[in-house]
Amino acid sequence: MALENQASVAAAAANSLSGVTVRIQHEDFDVSAEIARLRAGKPQIGAVATFIGVARDCNEGATVTGLVLEHYPGMTERALQEIGAQARQRWGVIDILIVHRIGELQPLDQIVLVAVTGAHRGEAFAACEFVMDYLKTDAPFWKREVTSQGARWVETRATDEDARARWAGDADVNDQ
Amino acid sequence: MNVTVLYFARLREAVGHGRDQFALPADVTTVAQLRAWLAVRGAPWSGAFGEVKRIRVAVDQTMAGDDARLHEGAEVAFFPPVTGG
Repeated sequence: MALENQASVAAAAANSLSGVTVRIQHEDFDVSAEIARLRAGKPQIGAVATFIGVARDCNEGATVTGLVLEHYPGMTERALQEIGAQARQRWGVIDILIVHRIGELQPLDQIVLVAVTGAHRGEAFAACEFVMDYLKTDAPFWKREVTSQGARWVETRATDEDARARWAGDADVNDQ
Repeated sequence: MNVTVLYFARLREAVGHGRDQFALPADVTTVAQLRAWLAVRGAPWSGAFGEVKRIRVAVDQTMAGDDARLHEGAEVAFFPPVTGG
């Protein structure tokens, strides 16, 4: 028991050095296991906010049967670290985990997980949404989808730019 | 000046490969000048840079504008707007 505690305290200490963990991987992720790892040895956490993006079976009027996700090794990790660090500083949350899958995916598959731990829900919700909004516009990932009408690169949505832009406008309110 | 140029997604497909090493002429010192130089370089670059409408740029793995300056050994990446998440 003592050893277990020491191990979890050591793991938590290593985690809290930067507070932001980024993983790009082919494999699926287990949300419960990820949250358990984030919370281990951290009784100061009062809220965990998570977002999970999953693959749909339709887009722009076509049936989607598969997705291929491409990234820019090196830059993608750096961009996500930077987005996480900004969110952590702005809302004073405890830890941020970003897991994004690459490679071939199918409808129903999990694509991305953002998990934020904090003392209270308000800052955890806000930081989680901020990370996703910036990820959508600033992190170098590209989706190619296989549809009933052939394969095509997914187009950006203007609503993603709008979602990101709103965080710039209320900086003064949230920075306190 | 020697630079590494990377292409991603639709642009990589249009160029036909993902990476080039170029020894640039002395008058190519910014992102805008590199794009202009590629656009008149002939196949496959001219076609690819004409065909893909919106192209973003990163220099040394940080998003950059057209006026960003290049340097010896720079890694310059061209890609369409991102669509992750």
